[in-house]
Amino acid sequence: MRRMIPIWFFVGSLLTAYGVLILIAAIQSQYTDADANIAMSSLHLQFWWGAVMLVLGLFWSIRYSPWRKKKD
Amino acid sequence: MILNLRMLGMIFSSHTGLMALGPIDLTIIVLYFILVLGLGVYLRRFATTGNDFFMAGREMTAWIAGLSFISANLGSLEMMGYAAATYQYGILVAHAYWIAAVPAILFLALVMLPFYYICKTHSVPGYLRLRYGEGSRTVSAISFAIMTILMSGINMYSMAIIMKVILGWNIHFSIWVSSLTVGIYVMAGGLLSAIFNEVLQFVLIWLGCLAIPVAGLIETGGWTGLVHRINAALPGQDFTHLWHSLGSSTSNPMGVHWTGIVFGWGLAISFGYWTTDFLVVQRVMAAKDLRAAQLGTILGAFLKMMVPLIVIVPGMLALVVLPFKLVPETMAALPGVHTYNEALPLMLARYCGPGLLGLGITALIAGFMSGMAGNISAFATVWTYDIYQPLIRKTASDQHYLSMGRWCSLLGVFVSIGTAYLVMDFSSIIVYAQMLFGFFIVPMFATVILGMLWKRTTPAAGFWGLVAGILSACGLWLWVKIDPSALRYVAFSSDAKDMAENVYRSMWTLIVGVTVTVGVTFFTKPKPDSELQGLVYGLTPLPSTKALPIFYRPITWAAIVAAAFILLNIIFW
Repeated sequence: MRRMIPIWFFVGSLLTAYGVLILIAAIQSQYTDADANIAMSSLHLQFWWGAVMLVLGLFWSIRYSPWRKKKD
Repeated sequence: MILNLRMLGMIFSSHTGLMALGPIDLTIIVLYFILVLGLGVYLRRFATTGNDFFMAGREMTAWIAGLSFISANLGSLEMMGYAAATYQYGILVAHAYWIAAVPAILFLALVMLPFYYICKTHSVPGYLRLRYGEGSRTVSAISFAIMTILMSGINMYSMAIIMKVILGWNIHFSIWVSSLTVGIYVMAGGLLSAIFNEVLQFVLIWLGCLAIPVAGLIETGGWTGLVHRINAALPGQDFTHLWHSLGSSTSNPMGVHWTGIVFGWGLAISFGYWTTDFLVVQRVMAAKDLRAAQLGTILGAFLKMMVPLIVIVPGMLALVVLPFKLVPETMAALPGVHTYNEALPLMLARYCGPGLLGLGITALIAGFMSGMAGNISAFATVWTYDIYQPLIRKTASDQHYLSMGRWCSLLGVFVSIGTAYLVMDFSSIIVYAQMLFGFFIVPMFATVILGMLWKRTTPAAGFWGLVAGILSACGLWLWVKIDPSALRYVAFSSDAKDMAENVYRSMWTLIVGVTVTVGVTFFTKPKPDSELQGLVYGLTPLPSTKALPIFYRPITWAAIVAAAFILLNIIFW
C-alpha cells in the first residue's frame, strides 16, 4: 500500500505560498494607496501576517516533507 | 497569469461590492481551490473500500480527528451567523461556544463515545438500529438526511452573501463554483478527503479571521476600551455580560432568562447537537482507536472555546466601529443598508488590505466548504447505510455501496443548492439553524441518551419518543407561527426573540421526548441483556486507562478544559 503524504505538508506548502504573496502585497502597498481606505493600516498587519505564515509554512513543509521521510 | 487574474476580477466583481480584489487576492483564492481539488484527486486512490470512503479507514490521529471535528462545525454558519447574532444580542451569544458546547463535547468524549466506538457502528442512526431496531433508525436517518441538506443551504447562502457584499460577485456563480468543488472532492475521497480538507480549512479560517480582532481591539483600546465604547453607544442595554443580565428576560437584548440558556441551549440544543449530530460525531468515530477519538474530541472542546475570539469579538466590534447601523434581513431590500448577516464581511473589508483580504475571503470560503463537506459526507453515509441499504437494496457488494456513496455526495450538493434560498426569510442565519436542530437533533438526543444509559428502555419507547419529540417541536413552532401570543407560554415571555424561542422550544421538545420514552418503556417489553452487550451502560466493558501515565488519560485533559471553561465564565460573568 502506498504511503500517504501527511496533511501538514500540504498545509505548510500553502502557507508558504500565501506568506510570500502577502509579503509581496505588503511591499506593493508601500508604494501605492491600495490600503488607503483600510482602518488601522499603520499597524502594517500584512507584513506581520505574511512573515508569520511564511515561517509556519516553511516549518511544516520541511518537517513533514515526503522526501525527508524517504531519506530517513 | 497576473493579467488573466485581473480580468477574472473584472468579470466577477462589480462596483456594488465593498471592494474589489487585486491580482494577489485572486491568486490566493485560486491557489486554495487548486489545492483542495488536488487533495481530493490525490486521496481518491486511498478510498477504495466502503470503510475508507465512509469512515476514512478509521486511521485518524487524535489531532486530525479533533481538528476535523471542530472544523466541520466551524462553517460559515458559525462565523457569519454568530457574528450577526452578536451584533443583535451582544456577548450572550458566546454561550453558544461555552455552556452550549464545552460540557456536551466533554460528555460525548467521556461518556457516549465509548459506546459509539465499541459497537463499531458507522453512524448515529446505525446505533439506533442496534439499540432499538429498524423503525427508530429509519425515522432518525430520514430526519437527519433532510436536516443536513437544509443545513447545506445555509452554508451556501452564507457564502454567497460574503461574495455579494464584499466583491459584488454574482450569487449564482459563488454558489455553483464552491458547491461543485466540495462535491468533487468529497465524491473523490469521501470522508478521508473531507477530513484532510477540514484540517487545512481550520488553519486558514484562523489565520484569515484573526486579523479582525487584533486590529479591532487595538483600535478600540483593548477589551476594556471595547466594553466602555459599547456601553456608551448603547446605554441601558447589557451587551457585555455573559450571565449578569439573565436574571430576567426583560433585562437583556435576547429576551431570555438564565433557565433558557442553561436548560434550552446548554442542555437540549447543545447535547443534542454535539452528541448525536452525525456530522460532527462521524469525524471522531474515524479515529484510529478509542483513546485517540476521546482525546480528539477533548481537543475539539478546547478549540471551540477559543472561537469567540474570531467570531464574537468581531460582532461586538461591529457595534461600535461601523459608521452605520446594521438591519434585519427583512429590510435588506432598502437602498444602502447592510444586514446583520453582513457584520463579519464588513469587518473584514474594514481591516484587511490587499493580500490579507484575499486570505480573509479564502477563510470564509473555507468555512463554507468545511461546513458543507461535513454535511455532504455525513449525508452520503446515512443515505447509503441507513436508507438505501436497508430500504432499497439490502444485499449488494461493498463496491456497489462505495459507488452509491460517491454519486450521492454529488447528488446531495445539487439538492442542497435548491434549499439555499429558503434561509432568506429568516432574520438571522443562526435562528434558522437552531430551529432545524430543535426539530431533528434534540428529539434524537432524548432517544439516544436514554437508550445508552438505561437498559430498561424498550425498542417501542425509543421509536415513539423520537416521533413524539419531532412532532412536538414542529407543533410548538407552528403554534407560535399561527398565534404569536403563544410565545408567552412557549418561551415564558412575550419579549422573547427568535433565538430565545428556539432554546425554549428545544427544552420542551427534550422534555416531551424523555417523558414519552420513559412512559412507553413502562408499558412495553425490553430487550434481553444479551442483545444489549456493547450498547448500554452496565452491559459494556469499557477499557480502563488507569495503567496509562496521567497526561495520557482523556479524563485529565477533560478536567483541564473544564477548568478553563469555568474560568472563562467567571471572567466574563
